[in-house]
Amino acid sequence: MNVAIIGNGIAGITAARHVRKLDPDARITVISAETDHFYSRTALMYIYMGDMTYTHTKPYEDWFWEKNKIDLLREFVERVDTGAKQLHFRSGGKLTYDKLLLATGSVPRFAGWPGENVAGVQGFYSMQDLDRMEEGTVGARHAVVVGGGLIGVELAEMLHTREIGVTLLVRSDWYLPAALPEEEGRMVNEHIRARGIDLRLETELAEVLPDEAGRVRAIRTNHGDEIEAQWVGIAIGVAPNIAFLEGSGIETDRGVLVDQHMQTNVPDVFAAGDCAQHRTPPPGRRPIEPLWYAGREHGATAAFGITGQARPYAPDVFFNSAKFFDLEWQVYGDLSPELPEHERTLYWQHPTAEKAIRLNYTAADKGRLVAVNVMGIRYRHDVCAHWIAEQADIETVLQNLGAANFDPEFTPQHEADLVAQYNRQTGRSLALNRKRGWRQRLSVLTGS
Amino acid sequence: MHTTDSTSAASAAPFQLSADRSSFDQAPLYDPSLALTGNPAYHPSAAQKVALAAVGLAALACAVAWASGSGFSGSLLAVVVLGFGGGGIAYAWLTYGRDHAGIHNHGIMFSAQQARGHFGWLWGILLTGLYVLVYWFPQYLTGLIAVFDPISNALGYPEGSRQWVMYGSFYSLAVATMGVRAFLKYRHVRYQKIRTVSVVFFQLAFGYSIPYLLVLLDQPELYLHYFWPLDYDGLWPDTFGWMPMAALIFGAAMIFIGTPVLTYFFGKRWYCSWVCGCGGLAETAGDPYRHLSDKSLRAWRIERWMIHGVLAFIILTTVLLWLSSTTDVLSPIAAGFKKWYVFFIGLMFAGVIGVGFYPIFGSRVWCRFGCPMAAILGLQQRFFSRFRITTNGGQCISCGNCSTYCEMGIDVRWYAQRGQNIVRASCVGCGVCSAVCPRGVLNLENGPRTERFGTAQNNLIEDLDILDM
Repeated sequence: MNVAIIGNGIAGITAARHVRKLDPDARITVISAETDHFYSRTALMYIYMGDMTYTHTKPYEDWFWEKNKIDLLREFVERVDTGAKQLHFRSGGKLTYDKLLLATGSVPRFAGWPGENVAGVQGFYSMQDLDRMEEGTVGARHAVVVGGGLIGVELAEMLHTREIGVTLLVRSDWYLPAALPEEEGRMVNEHIRARGIDLRLETELAEVLPDEAGRVRAIRTNHGDEIEAQWVGIAIGVAPNIAFLEGSGIETDRGVLVDQHMQTNVPDVFAAGDCAQHRTPPPGRRPIEPLWYAGREHGATAAFGITGQARPYAPDVFFNSAKFFDLEWQVYGDLSPELPEHERTLYWQHPTAEKAIRLNYTAADKGRLVAVNVMGIRYRHDVCAHWIAEQADIETVLQNLGAANFDPEFTPQHEADLVAQYNRQTGRSLALNRKRGWRQRLSVLTGS
Repeated sequence: MHTTDSTSAASAAPFQLSADRSSFDQAPLYDPSLALTGNPAYHPSAAQKVALAAVGLAALACAVAWASGSGFSGSLLAVVVLGFGGGGIAYAWLTYGRDHAGIHNHGIMFSAQQARGHFGWLWGILLTGLYVLVYWFPQYLTGLIAVFDPISNALGYPEGSRQWVMYGSFYSLAVATMGVRAFLKYRHVRYQKIRTVSVVFFQLAFGYSIPYLLVLLDQPELYLHYFWPLDYDGLWPDTFGWMPMAALIFGAAMIFIGTPVLTYFFGKRWYCSWVCGCGGLAETAGDPYRHLSDKSLRAWRIERWMIHGVLAFIILTTVLLWLSSTTDVLSPIAAGFKKWYVFFIGLMFAGVIGVGFYPIFGSRVWCRFGCPMAAILGLQQRFFSRFRITTNGGQCISCGNCSTYCEMGIDVRWYAQRGQNIVRASCVGCGVCSAVCPRGVLNLENGPRTERFGTAQNNLIEDLDILDM
């Protein structure tokens, strides 16, 4: 069986590894135009900042692929001929497949602004984008980053390390309103500002202004302000990278439409990762999930389908994490940034340090835990997911919250403060059972 | 896959990207130029330059003292200590102390000094050369040794062994100064602060003040925080001839009782990154080079052969020495073993290579490939200890910060991205993988042994084994 995988990101590579494990005889070819080897896309920023080199971002040594009989091909796929089961490369070459996985990821989204194609304006997704940014920011004094998402703040931090002034345009009132409640979002606002970033809230890009040489000189905001910029980063989001599938007969909407086994409408063709769009997403999930963690799970699910042992895509309790400059963020469960009618929230924030804990729970039925959101504090994935899956009641959770703490030894713990806050708000008198620790964690997970 | 092409014209970049992006290790990590300004993430302020100038002044004073023979070297002691110590601490404060708390390893991979560039090689050659001179040719260092004459005189240290006063003083000065730097750099993690204070304390007290105090009191110069087999002659017959009984009993108790018990509860970190003087230097002066350790599977294979080979060597040597003290037949063999152990392991490996090559191989070469104490603690840590680094479920994004900044060359990410705990003999528990992780994935913990390895979570099927693929 010839398995062709287009894309060597986390979805494509996870699929390749799982296919190898499930079918020792399959011939596996991973095709990428981006890099020779799999690297961690999430680490691109660290290469620019000089924390790591490209080599450090490769999760497997180069011998790994030959040892596991995974062929790597550096080609650009221009066309998929699903009838003849052939891939056509830009170089003129062809590859015949029995099973095909599309794991082509995303492309940065542009909004059609006047001047957006001017030199020095770019998105940030690929290794090529990093190289362009490396060249494009040489000698820059000031840069503008557009977009209040994860990539936007990463770009701001990257530029900051090169002592390039940054103006960050964010459409909303606080950072990342699609995922963060107001308090946490405002905490990130302040954190970003404290690092010297010129954060402009409720501000959008209106126009890019070129100089005589056709390079970006400045931008104009929707408020009419002109801001000097020798470089502009566009980070308003990504869109599935599927333009090359036109005319292939593979059904697409915004992404490649797939069923619960990551299979497309065309037999033997699968899609995974950023480029896939679920026809019927699992409960609480979006049709397109451009996340590292989802890509990993998509890829594994697709491998089962490819090898004829189909298993449905059944992700566990949702989780995500990020870091904004020095501020870590973790979320478990379905956190609604705006509290729905049928939910309650318990929020504690440290008076001085940038730390916060939020528990969302149902209004009815003793208060069942729905989501956990922590800023500047690390929580245990297994404990939080367990409580949310079991719909543990809020008071049980609070009394055992020490079990969720995952901060390094000696770090001050604040679970007692959260419990005290709950007691103040409700007139109850709960006590925190015990601080963090293994016995605590095991007793929660095993229910003893 | 992507659809964007790299089209913009190459501008006059002040530094270059490494041309070959596929080689795995050992090549210069970035631009190996000598230019101090070639690092785009390094923008020293005027104050930082003044602090560096103070360090440079101390280096100059050393050079002058060295060149002058011994004439007025002693009068330069204050310049050397204040320049290296004061200038170094001021620079660390200006660099880390005034910055926001948090991990900022920016620019390290562009640094000619820290990323195996020309400065790194120069520094490595200089350090290595100094070790060779101190160990075997101190007569060529007379002027430099004399800088510490005020201390040697006060201690009544005889001519001919005063190089050890110089060595111990420089060593302690480096640990103290760079300890302040490490404290400031990692101050957002309390574990790091406490651990750094601990290693600096043990060096300054047990590795410097107490031994010299004992000398002042006409007692034997004892380093009570080193035990056999790191302190290789600690159990040799000769030692029993001069060491006070109390110290012998303490040493034996630590070897046979203290060490196993502490390692069972806390892992080898209680010693390697909290107490040990070699570890103390690595965690402080060696911190700027921690990322240079080789993370390849090949290096791990070599590591296991070498470190356990050294362990076998010291055990055999010690046994032979004891046997030869009863039968003369073995004496020449035992003497040979002793001689070669002291030369190859005690001096060449632990000193010249272990420290001299910091800027090339990273800060823990000796601890990883050679230290027999680390070998014993490691075996116990791997098979009979409550210590592990816990991986937090599926939160790993495979970025590689943990592996990159692991001074022991452990490919931490290999485990973390599978959702599996890290249980490795070599881990010294410095905690930096946890500190640099941008997703809160790693945590040093002591817990029940039944749950130690955790279960792989990020794969729907069992993953490939790291060694048996």
